[in-house]
Amino acid sequence: MNRGSIARTAIDPRHPVRVDAQMLDASALPSYAFGHRSLMWWGTLGLIAIEGTVFALAIVSYFYLRSLAPRWPLNALPPELLWGTLNTVVLLASMLPNHMLKRAAEAGDLRRLRIAFLACLAFSLVFLMVRVFEFRGLNVWWDTDAYGSVVWLLLGLHTLHLITDTYDTGVLAVLMFTGPLEGRRLVDASENAQYWYFVVLSWLPIYFVIYLAPHIPQ
Amino acid sequence: MSSTAFDALKPSGMPRPRGNGVPPTAADSAALERTWRDPPGLVGWLSAINHKSIARRFVLTTFGFFLAGGLLALLMRLQLAVPRNTLVGPDLYNQLFSMHGTTMMFLFAVPVMQAVAGYLIPLMIGARSVAFPRMNAYAYWVFLFGGLMLYAAFLLDIGPDAGWFSYVPLAGPDYSPGKRVDFWAQLITFTELSALLEAAIIITTVFKLRAPGMTLARIPLFVWAMLVTAFMVLFSMPSVMLASTALIMDRLVGTHFYNPAQNGDVLLWQHLFWFFGHPEVYLIFLPGLGFISAIVPTFARRPIFGYTAMVLSLIATGFLAFGLWVHHMFATNLPELGKSFFTAVSMLIAIPSAVQIFCWLATLATGRLNLKTPLLFVLAFFFILVMGGLTGVMLASVPLDLQVHDTYFVVAHLHYVLLGGAVFPLVGAIYYWYPKFTGRLMSERLGQWNFWLFFIGFNVAFFPMHLLGLQGMPRRVYTYPAEMGWGTMNFIATLGAAMIAVSVLLFIVNLLRSRRHGEPAGPDPWGGGTLEWATLSPPAAANFDAIPVVHGSNPVWEEATRPPGTPSAVGGLAVDAREQLVTSVLDAQPDHRSQFPEPSIWPFLSAVATTVLFVGSIFTPWAVVWGAVPVAVATTAWFWPRRRETRTHVALEQQP
Repeated sequence: MNRGSIARTAIDPRHPVRVDAQMLDASALPSYAFGHRSLMWWGTLGLIAIEGTVFALAIVSYFYLRSLAPRWPLNALPPELLWGTLNTVVLLASMLPNHMLKRAAEAGDLRRLRIAFLACLAFSLVFLMVRVFEFRGLNVWWDTDAYGSVVWLLLGLHTLHLITDTYDTGVLAVLMFTGPLEGRRLVDASENAQYWYFVVLSWLPIYFVIYLAPHIPQ
Repeated sequence: MSSTAFDALKPSGMPRPRGNGVPPTAADSAALERTWRDPPGLVGWLSAINHKSIARRFVLTTFGFFLAGGLLALLMRLQLAVPRNTLVGPDLYNQLFSMHGTTMMFLFAVPVMQAVAGYLIPLMIGARSVAFPRMNAYAYWVFLFGGLMLYAAFLLDIGPDAGWFSYVPLAGPDYSPGKRVDFWAQLITFTELSALLEAAIIITTVFKLRAPGMTLARIPLFVWAMLVTAFMVLFSMPSVMLASTALIMDRLVGTHFYNPAQNGDVLLWQHLFWFFGHPEVYLIFLPGLGFISAIVPTFARRPIFGYTAMVLSLIATGFLAFGLWVHHMFATNLPELGKSFFTAVSMLIAIPSAVQIFCWLATLATGRLNLKTPLLFVLAFFFILVMGGLTGVMLASVPLDLQVHDTYFVVAHLHYVLLGGAVFPLVGAIYYWYPKFTGRLMSERLGQWNFWLFFIGFNVAFFPMHLLGLQGMPRRVYTYPAEMGWGTMNFIATLGAAMIAVSVLLFIVNLLRSRRHGEPAGPDPWGGGTLEWATLSPPAAANFDAIPVVHGSNPVWEEATRPPGTPSAVGGLAVDAREQLVTSVLDAQPDHRSQFPEPSIWPFLSAVATTVLFVGSIFTPWAVVWGAVPVAVATTAWFWPRRRETRTHVALEQQP
């Protein structure tokens, strides 16, 4: 083979490329892009895949333990439907300001973007508060039995996501008011909204498992 | 986008930094070196984010753990050399085999592959960096701190002692009081966090940062192997993280996931562990296959035979690896029909492996062989892996598995597969890429000694274990009575272990000596065809002064036949800013320019904060609450944009 052919044609050994080359000029390319063109989209998707797998395995563990139990729930009443259902409505409704946020980010409209950020944070406040009542309405403690352990695990895992997503959104919101800004921060905002969708939509199967599965006969 | 409100918060006023030319001028190279190198001093060292610096540290760290794990193994072999030996007592012996397995699996075999990939992938795909370089640094520090925590615990006599897979109920609160298993569980959290982040980094790097023209069908096979591995990490490691979190909660806050008295279940642990644990074997094995696919064409001096079949085999292995986990549980009370399914899949996965072996053999048979040390290690792979594969097929059948379950037969099998499938190719890979890391070749003479001692020593150490297992010697016993008649073969195995130790010692001598006295390598000492051989050894801070444009699968070999009038390299990327070309996923068409972050100490400090949280939570669950505050502060400081950096980015900005 042409061992070292590239190095031989270089004028300077530090530049092992051909000198008679034509250049592919990148200087006019955009400096950021939205959606799957951006690195941030792929990074976020990686996190979503990891966390989605955790949720799925936690749900599998729930049904695994349920399949071995003599009755389900073991030693408790099923969770109270009120708070969980209310929070499902709040979470689903939060997709509206979140959608506005994504649109505003992609349009580069900072005024609308700021409003959407504040609206999302207002929703966060509400669903985190209702979440406290959800834990109280589970009717079981984590150390009561395996049923208690696994419902606390499911609700705890999702709550962790609500907290971190609220915090991320808060940090970005502050940045939108203080700067320094550049175009690709809009991509960050857009991907933050993408992650928000995941946190909301992953709630639906968890809601079904925690609140409805105990009512389905084994 | 015309919002003036947005523009008001943009720091502006800087002229646009100039882009590189093709060919790059000396001024371009000097500027790129200044831009991409890590800052000096101790703080600079802790702030480093260049993928090569981080990967070098990562590789050295994993090798440090490999040596530590090897010394533990040597101690075990010395203890077992003669019957009724009293060198090591039962309690320490339990810690030795638990630490050995945990070290080799979690602190060496998986991370070393990701570490090597972190160095090579950007070079092989023509990129200046990995994606998310700060996260890459964070993943390294988290890994280092996790490993140091485990060894600190071991030295304080609180090392894990329930085996590397910590089965409950033994590892549960009733049978393992104290903190030993808690340290094990948190080590899992550390290492899996690091590996998961690395997986996301590798996927994004391979999909988005390839040089223009490197379509999916032109990606080097090593990069393909690491890509498939990264996807497997994404879907398997969450399982062991969830399992070990549930374990530590059972132990610390009184949950009952694995406690049958409160309707928990111990087999839940085995399912969750092996849903990760079996794919893990392939997380170790696939990168090994990738090494071989890189070494074989170079030393056969021809392109690989059956590229497409090789890629499809890697992907098929990735899928099938998730359908095997129950074959670790044949000795449990599961439905027989289920076991038959897992036997079938265990047999099936031999097919893609065989396809690859035949492709390599075809490549070797039709090439002109250059029989250097890296190729020797590959040839040893064929012998050892086929042996391990054969015993694997034996173990995949339920009746035989029940007979030899928990005996030295399994120990022999897993060492044949893991050392043959991963460690031999890895050592070959180190000989192959060492000149790229250091600019010098390793000694060929020492390499031959290293190889033969390792190959012979390995077989002397592990082959007798097959027979010991068939004779019924159980795993994890600290001694045995002379009447069992296992003495001679154990003694032979220990001699083999000593040979391996000498061989590893020679390897270290070779690594250290060649650093100073090795033969200077130049950019392409072996005549390789992939892009890492098109740049300096060791590469400049920015890897390539001009990003190459790719026209085939072996760009270096094909450079002379590049179609006339086609571009050879990318120009116009800033030399005074960390600018990287981003390309499309399928065809690697130029898509946009991305501004990469500058070095920062905050990933390091974030890792310190994460360590405080993880270690603190071994002692009090409240650490998860108060420990989250420093983590939040450090990661926010990590993200928060700096004015000067932003000004540069704004000067380079071009709306989509």
